[in-house]
Amino acid sequence: MTVTAQAVRRDAVKAPRRRGGGIAPPWLFAVPALLIYVLVVLYPAFSGAGSAFTDWSGVGAQRSFVGLDNFQQLFHDDQALGALRNTLLLTVAIVVVQNGIGLLLALGVHTGIKSRMVLRVIFFAPVVVSPVMVSFLWKYVYNPAPDAGLNAALGAIGLGGLRQDWLGNPSIALWSVAFTVIWQCAGYSMVIFLAGLEGVPAELHESAMVDGAGTVARFRHITWPLLAPAVTINLMLSTVGGLTLFTQIIAMTNGGPGYATDTLSTVLYKQAFVFGKFGYSTAVALVLAIFVAAVSFIQIGYLRSRETAA
Amino acid sequence: MRKYKPRTFVLEVVMVAVAIAFLFPVYALVTLAFKDPGQIANKPLSLPDPPSVGSFGEAWQSASLGSALLNSTLITVSSVLVLIVLGSLAAYFLARTATRLSYTLYILFLVGIILPFQLGMIPLYQMVNDLGLLGTYQGMILFYTGIQLPFTVFLYTGFIRSLPADYTNAALIDGASHLQAFAHVIFPLLRPITGTVLILNAVHIWNDFFTPLLYLGGSGRETVPVRVFAFVNEYTSNYGLVAAGLVLAALPILLLFLVLQRYVIRGFASGLKG
Repeated sequence: MTVTAQAVRRDAVKAPRRRGGGIAPPWLFAVPALLIYVLVVLYPAFSGAGSAFTDWSGVGAQRSFVGLDNFQQLFHDDQALGALRNTLLLTVAIVVVQNGIGLLLALGVHTGIKSRMVLRVIFFAPVVVSPVMVSFLWKYVYNPAPDAGLNAALGAIGLGGLRQDWLGNPSIALWSVAFTVIWQCAGYSMVIFLAGLEGVPAELHESAMVDGAGTVARFRHITWPLLAPAVTINLMLSTVGGLTLFTQIIAMTNGGPGYATDTLSTVLYKQAFVFGKFGYSTAVALVLAIFVAAVSFIQIGYLRSRETAA
Repeated sequence: MRKYKPRTFVLEVVMVAVAIAFLFPVYALVTLAFKDPGQIANKPLSLPDPPSVGSFGEAWQSASLGSALLNSTLITVSSVLVLIVLGSLAAYFLARTATRLSYTLYILFLVGIILPFQLGMIPLYQMVNDLGLLGTYQGMILFYTGIQLPFTVFLYTGFIRSLPADYTNAALIDGASHLQAFAHVIFPLLRPITGTVLILNAVHIWNDFFTPLLYLGGSGRETVPVRVFAFVNEYTSNYGLVAAGLVLAALPILLLFLVLQRYVIRGFASGLKG
């Protein structure tokens, strides 16, 4: 879920904890939340991490310790390795393109154009719609028939040669899925960049203009460094979103054609609920969790140093 | 900088063109929903002429969207209420106590933000099954409360730390209990962040798919995304009907978004300013 710059910054400077001469509230206030959190998140996560080392094969079934067998199997399983590769490719594509487009949109609507408020609403609207519905919308757009959806539009503007079986061609399908995610989430990146842009003092731009700095120079030396917190949030959100991508795949391709669009999330889902291999499935989940944690830490560390340098 | 120059006009034209291209899929879907099968086959991208609304009634019935909307509303509203109450209470303790315990607990909650829920998915599924909560509203509400608490606690804690402590002290000295002081003095001060918590959690829970698919599939208590998933897979080749169903299913949250757009956009962006 959303991680905010506030956290990143607050932890970075270790804000003095407020005692304020106040009367501390009773610890009982935290107990209901803590109980539910432990029950729903922490305990299952630890239990899941533990079952990754067992041959657990179904609800209620006995499980015995098998060491690293599941992981060995994972690294010899073409489907799982393909899914790992797809997950990383999808994540890179989404992180780069979604944030690139989001930044351009933000810069475009953070100007004096008359339609800026309407455009913000239009670009952001897909964010509030369920990914399932957005996926089905794009599944129609990607209709393989030459006279429907995107293919029909390409034909209408004289680009009929570019018509594709967007989701049926194994070498394109992954990018078609990525584009759906980008279409839905670019507006999210945009509003986070916009909030960052609104925090850039106009006087800085004005005095730089007086000094003769051009648009590009002002962006590089004023806007970009001050956007660091927005960049941090956007990179973290899109990376974690990309690594855990599930709904769009299940709704659009179900991992196909073949295994061309399987991700770690769809593989662990299928291993568990189609094949009943719970132990193996949690091993895949553990690999996914390690990726998410590693990426989060690297990004927080790197971007924090960039923020302090800026 | 904000003066309307020729350059601004060029930018305006470019941005509007981008928006039109951006909206093309929506145009394709909405026009599809208003066409009868003959028009779909012959004029895939034209405006419906004449528009037919027959698909909407049929889609509403076939996907049982009425009951799905009710299920989604019940689960979303209950979960968000529980999250606001439990999250703000816990955050009040975490933000106003400077002990090792409160610091450890805060970090423990933060861990939940980066822990992908897939790791605990199967043990949790078994637990929910053992508790007899599969296919129930309570199971879903419990799940969303737990899974969204870290983020909720995190937002509230940051906000409460920025509030001065004096108000509550005054109330406590006047003989109010901690709970009274919280309910009457602190909680009303949390309104801005409560708005953010409400919007982000509500949108997430309303649209969630994976867990309701697992927990509610076939129970009759399916939420909108799960019903739509089943509906679309059943009527795959009936494009007009599928499109009408998608339009109807997306409409409630889109309308709500249009009414509350300022708050929703601010809520999604507010992470930045705290």
